Formats: sequence, structure tokens, C-alpha cells
Amino acid sequence: MGNLRSVQKAFEKIGCNAIISNDKETIQNATKLVLPGVGAFKDGMKHLQELNLIDILNKKVLEDKTPILGICLGMQLLSNKSYENGETTGLGWIDAEVVKFEFDNTNLKIPHVGWNEVIFQDNNNTLFSHIENHKDFYFVHSYYFKPNEDVIIATTEYGFEFTSAINKDNIFATQFHPEKSQANGLQILKNFWEN
Amino acid sequence: MLKHRVIPCVLLKDWQLVKSIQFDSFRTIGHPTSTTRIYNSRDVDELIVLDIDASLNNDEINTELITDIADECFMPLTIGGGINSIEEIYKVLKAGADKVSINTKAIHNKEFIRDASNIFGSQCIVCSIDVKKQDNRYKVYSRKDGILDIDPLELALEYEKYGAGEILLTSVDNDGTTNGYDLELLQYIAKKLTIPVIINGGAGLPQHCVDAIQNGADAVAAAYIFHFSQYTPNMIKEELRKNNIAVKYN
Repeated sequence: MGNLRSVQKAFEKIGCNAIISNDKETIQNATKLVLPGVGAFKDGMKHLQELNLIDILNKKVLEDKTPILGICLGMQLLSNKSYENGETTGLGWIDAEVVKFEFDNTNLKIPHVGWNEVIFQDNNNTLFSHIENHKDFYFVHSYYFKPNEDVIIATTEYGFEFTSAINKDNIFATQFHPEKSQANGLQILKNFWEN
Repeated sequence: MLKHRVIPCVLLKDWQLVKSIQFDSFRTIGHPTSTTRIYNSRDVDELIVLDIDASLNNDEINTELITDIADECFMPLTIGGGINSIEEIYKVLKAGADKVSINTKAIHNKEFIRDASNIFGSQCIVCSIDVKKQDNRYKVYSRKDGILDIDPLELALEYEKYGAGEILLTSVDNDGTTNGYDLELLQYIAKKLTIPVIINGGAGLPQHCVDAIQNGADAVAAAYIFHFSQYTPNMIKEELRKNNIAVKYN
């Protein structure tokens, strides 16, 4: 699933030793979890199933309440289902669907790629400590996260306001890539790591 | 609002970063990692590195060097040059790239784009099209085979259909000339696509970047202007902003 190394390097930069792992025991012992991902939804779920990681992730996140940060596809995987290349069931931790951007106005290109403003809907969320509202973060995605519950902590405007960050209990996620969003992105990772 | 990007696009040759003029006569820019560090500290929006040794000699892409570059890069990194298999994409992404740029392999094998975008997602797949004018017509150019009798618009539309996430459109004629982007080429292609177009080749002044975006480019790529002129990425952005074009500022 692509950019694991970028995420690891970004955590190293803020002084956190992140381990890339698909080993159940390592995951069991983790104090925090990150679910990154660039790629397709179906492939992402297939990998989690093939590696037999879904039970341990369910236990860690839903029972043990271990903090987890989903990034990009990692955020989308938290949903009930996605319509990317057919219909695929997700982890279902957040009541949400993942649907494709569709615009009649052809000035808006898909994928939504580049730097766009993140508008805080929850200024006091720990994920946004020491970050100014309306700063640009790096996005690259064709599908967006559509929650049916009150989890939205930030939105971004692209044709309409879509959900760009969520938080529910110990579950955090961003549609943008903090590991690729320079100083403000690294601050998000630091906030997740330190809080 | 989504910002228009200003992207250094540099070539990798003999373990050095170089800049070409009309795809020929290479000038050395500097060492890959130190140059990347400078770009990173200057907050450029993104970086594209194309390994031309790999594409010309059928070599495997230099993943060792890609890793070193990616380690300095807390911004999006696109890597290209000679990528011709799914395994190679895996390797390049594992080395720390965020996107791959695919060129020669896809010209005669568009299914490769479909396979790659199914596995890695469209957002990861940048299709690079090099264009040269011949007899007053735009034609696709290949570093290996020269001018091909293929219309770049048709190729771009096919790439889009097969799942490309972005098009990197380079004018070979304008490359390194500093006379400005090929706006006619841009108009010919950009508005007919629903995926973003990065225009490349010819930027010599900040005004050239303004012209490109006003003529349909979603992002501008350049090399010469950053290394052989007094203009910095931020000066270009300042010019774009003066022209009411949204850019990222820190």
C-alpha cells in the first residue's frame, strides 16, 4: 500500500519510532496505531483480510481503545463500505460510506490532487493543536468519506464541503496526507503521537 | 480552494540531477539529496524526478538513490523513468515515492495503466506524454524511438479512460528554452481532459507560469527557472497570486 516509508520517515522526524508491521504480536503491543495507505479500497481490504489482521485490529481499536490514525485510504477503510471498483465492505468502525467525486462542472478535475485548505469544525480537537485554521494540506484522492454520524472535525471545499478529518473516541483520521504536508502535517502527527 | 501547484521537475543521470535542453545537452544541477533538501526547505509544492538513465538504457530504476531523495522529502514525490512493470512500481513506492510517472511502457500498452491504477489507485499513476511538433502537427515523442505518429490528445484521452490520475505534458521543443510553455499544446489538450494536467517545458519567467494556468494547466513544472535564473518558487507564486491564481503560501 504505497507510502508506508513516507509515513515512517515523518514519524522519525518528530522523534517517534514507528514500526511498519503486519505481525499480530507487534500490533498487539503497539501503544498507538497508524493505518496509512495510498491505493485502491478493494486491494487495501483484501490485504488486511489475507494477512488476517482484521480481528486483532478490531480488538485493539474497539475493545482496548488504542488510539489509531487513518490516513487517506486508511481513513476510507474505517467506513462500512466503498463504491470504488464495485462495492466493498470496510472495517465499519465509523458509520460512513465512501463515494466518488462527481461534478457536472468540468473545471473540477478528479482526482482531487494538490494543496487545499482544511477548515476546522472542531477547533479544540487535539489533532489540531498549534495549527492555524485554513492552512493548506496535501490531498490526493478520487473518493470521499461520507459519514452518517457526528465525527467530522474538519472539512475542505472541492465543489462542496467534504469531510477531510474525523475523530470518534480513540479513532482519528485525515483524508489529506500529513506526512506530505510539510511543517503543518508533521505537527498533526506530533499531536497524534503526544496526546 | 484547491491551489495551483508549482513543481520542480528534474532529471536523474549518472547519480546527478540534471536539466536538459530540448531533451539534449544536459547540465548538472546538483547532488540529488542536497538539492531535494533545499527544495524541501523552500516548501515547494511537490517534486518530480525522472531517471533518464533507466528509461534510455532499460536499466532498473535506481531505488537506492530514490530512497535517499525520499528521505529528504516531506512533500509529495513523483518518480519516473523506465518504469515498465507492476513490480517496479511496488519498488519505487516502497522506496518512498508517492506517485509514479509512466511514459514509454504505456504508449503501446494502455492496459498497463489500467492494471497499475487498479492496484495502486489512479491518484498514484501519472502518465507522462512528451510532445514534439512535426509538419505543424503535435506528435508523441519517445526518448527511445523518436517521433511517433500518435496524436498526444488521443493518447491523453486513452490514458484518462484507462485510469491515469494526472497527465505530465512536456513540450520537447520548448524544453529548456526559457521562452515559455507551449500554450497552444496546452489548449489543445488540457480542457478536453477531466484529470489534472501538469505542463512542463519552457518556463523562464514567472509570467510564463501565469500564462500556463490561465490557459488551462492545473499545475506548472519547471527546472531551468529554479536553477539558472534569479527566480525562486516563492517569486513565481507571488506572481501567480498577483494574477488572482490560488497558490499555497506558508
